[in-house]
Amino acid sequence: MSDIALEVDDIKTYIYSNRRCNKAIDGVSFSIRRGKTLCIVGESGCGKSITASSIMQLLPALSRIEGGSITYHSDAGEIRIDKLPRNGARMRAIRGSEIAMIFQDPMTALNPVYTVGFQIAENLKYHTKMTARAIRDRCVALLRHMGIPLPEQRVREYPHSLSGGMRQRAMIAMAMACNPKILIADEPTTALDVTIQAQIFELMNRLKAEHGTAILLITHDMGVVAELADDVAVMYMGKIVEAGTVDDILRRPRHPYTRALLSSIPVLGRGKNQSIRPIRGSTPDPYNRPPGCQFAPRCDFATEACQRMPDETFVAPTHRVLCWNHDRVAASG
Amino acid sequence: MTGSPPVADPILTLRDVKTHFPVRKGVFKTTAGHVKAVDGVDLDVFRGEVLGLVGESGCGKTTLGKSILQLVRPTAGQITFHDGAGDDVDLQDLTNADLVPYRKKLQIVFQDPYSSLNPAFTIFGSLEDPLIKYGVRPRAERRRIVGDLLEAVNLRRDHMDHYPHEFSGGQRQRIGIARALAIEPDLIVCDEPVSALDVSVQAQVLQLLMELKAERGLTYIFITHDLSVTEYLCDRIAVMYLGRIVELADADDLYANTLHPYTQALLSAIPVADLDKKTDRIVLQGDVPSPVNPPSGCPFHPRCRFATELCKDKVPPLRPFGRNGHLAACHRVEEVMAAGIHSDRAADG
Repeated sequence: MSDIALEVDDIKTYIYSNRRCNKAIDGVSFSIRRGKTLCIVGESGCGKSITASSIMQLLPALSRIEGGSITYHSDAGEIRIDKLPRNGARMRAIRGSEIAMIFQDPMTALNPVYTVGFQIAENLKYHTKMTARAIRDRCVALLRHMGIPLPEQRVREYPHSLSGGMRQRAMIAMAMACNPKILIADEPTTALDVTIQAQIFELMNRLKAEHGTAILLITHDMGVVAELADDVAVMYMGKIVEAGTVDDILRRPRHPYTRALLSSIPVLGRGKNQSIRPIRGSTPDPYNRPPGCQFAPRCDFATEACQRMPDETFVAPTHRVLCWNHDRVAASG
Repeated sequence: MTGSPPVADPILTLRDVKTHFPVRKGVFKTTAGHVKAVDGVDLDVFRGEVLGLVGESGCGKTTLGKSILQLVRPTAGQITFHDGAGDDVDLQDLTNADLVPYRKKLQIVFQDPYSSLNPAFTIFGSLEDPLIKYGVRPRAERRRIVGDLLEAVNLRRDHMDHYPHEFSGGQRQRIGIARALAIEPDLIVCDEPVSALDVSVQAQVLQLLMELKAERGLTYIFITHDLSVTEYLCDRIAVMYLGRIVELADADDLYANTLHPYTQALLSAIPVADLDKKTDRIVLQGDVPSPVNPPSGCPFHPRCRFATELCKDKVPPLRPFGRNGHLAACHRVEEVMAAGIHSDRAADG
């Protein structure tokens, strides 16, 4: 059995509205390894959430995967997810049991009119043949495993009586109910406080170690990346501009955008004299994109060549970058 | 950005400020209790400094900011504004009409740039309001001032005839800053000014705020939950927990020499984008207690590793430690110092 849980190869997902086409993802490739965490980093609108919904086949109605492939390496063999009908029986069997997802805002992702226990049990009812009693016990066990105090009581409560951190734990319990092979977490802690965020991270690391779950974590925070990631992919305007191991990206960034992201935020413990450099301008309109490299208009290293889309270059076996001038970036120290 | 704040020239003095909100229940709307959003805060804000107010959601930092501006009237305590010319005014005693001249001195930048600008007004419409209120009559004069303001925040003069929806989040936040600057205030309360913005834009707004401070000699109260931003920007930092200040120190001192166990946990919980700087994380158990019914004694004791019987019974006062005016509200500072943030594993055995 290979080490890779999910392989995404050159997928293109376009969203259509008002006769216009937003190339939300335009040729993205990565693979998620078993028992490892891949972080996708990027700003809002760069296509990171659409990447997650493409894998889950939860895209908005007027959108389509136009090319490329998503291959899920299940125990029973390879499955081409992009070829499955969105709401077909096989996709429904995979979604929730083999590949599960945690959403950003636990308040809107949980249904306010059902108890927490009911919502966790739903997954088990659908995907397993367990008895009602076994399901009830499993729900309590899951909540206890997530570190929720008094789980016997909490399963009967509604989402509104749980705090933000507990709701997010309930969401993770829901996602973990069927022991998925792949867990997709879309900004799971953005709505939470730092001390609660630390609790959730510890939980995710434990799940990864205990169950060998492959995790795809979507975030905009480089701090989270340093904390959790094994592999990193940096996205900008629908493309992965740089990808590699966490060491490659944080210690030897080769793309100007990665560098700019790293130096645009103050880092705790570096005091007042650190230099932060804002990135000039703002992200371009997706319907009116620059011709070549999408970052060129904001880039300090831009040259004539950047009017054309650069080719992907491997600067190390694990480290690829999408930039014409990556040598100059590296030389600039 | 460096340099200690000027000595003993307070612009604002807070003494035992309390802001409680009644919780009403039942058919007769009887008062069932109070949300003690701010529960006894003593604080001096010095002229020309950046004071950071940090804490988790629900700790009362925004309510404290609004109480200072009298946007929410405090229930008890004293908020004194010193205008620098020997005139001291207790803001909480003034009627709304009497407050008008002081509102000119104290302004606020709100968190969410999407909801703080009226979508039906042009930018000029939003920005001229404070000017009309404070008597800039000729329209041409107002247009000139608004144009200058927009240029001061790195926008174009002709942007004033556009509507808010035409701007990005970062641009809107700069308009919010321009509005706060319109009547040349002395002190600006910045309530999470960058937390709704994308990371690449945050730095633009932070730099703008610091440039404006240097140019115009402003004082900021900077409310945020992001401790890495406060470390970079602020001269002094006050850490709040459940309506009280638990630690107050110079920025460098707070990070180098953390005294309160809550501050330690907060600092250790922040993910740092630096592979060489991994702190040992102190994971707090449980959630922040409800401010309606806070724990007895020290509000932090149910989650604290150092808690003793004394902490359950008695609220620790904010006392000075060391030289630089470092204040902490904890009974067990000596033990906390002995444990330290980095030798955490040893302390846990």
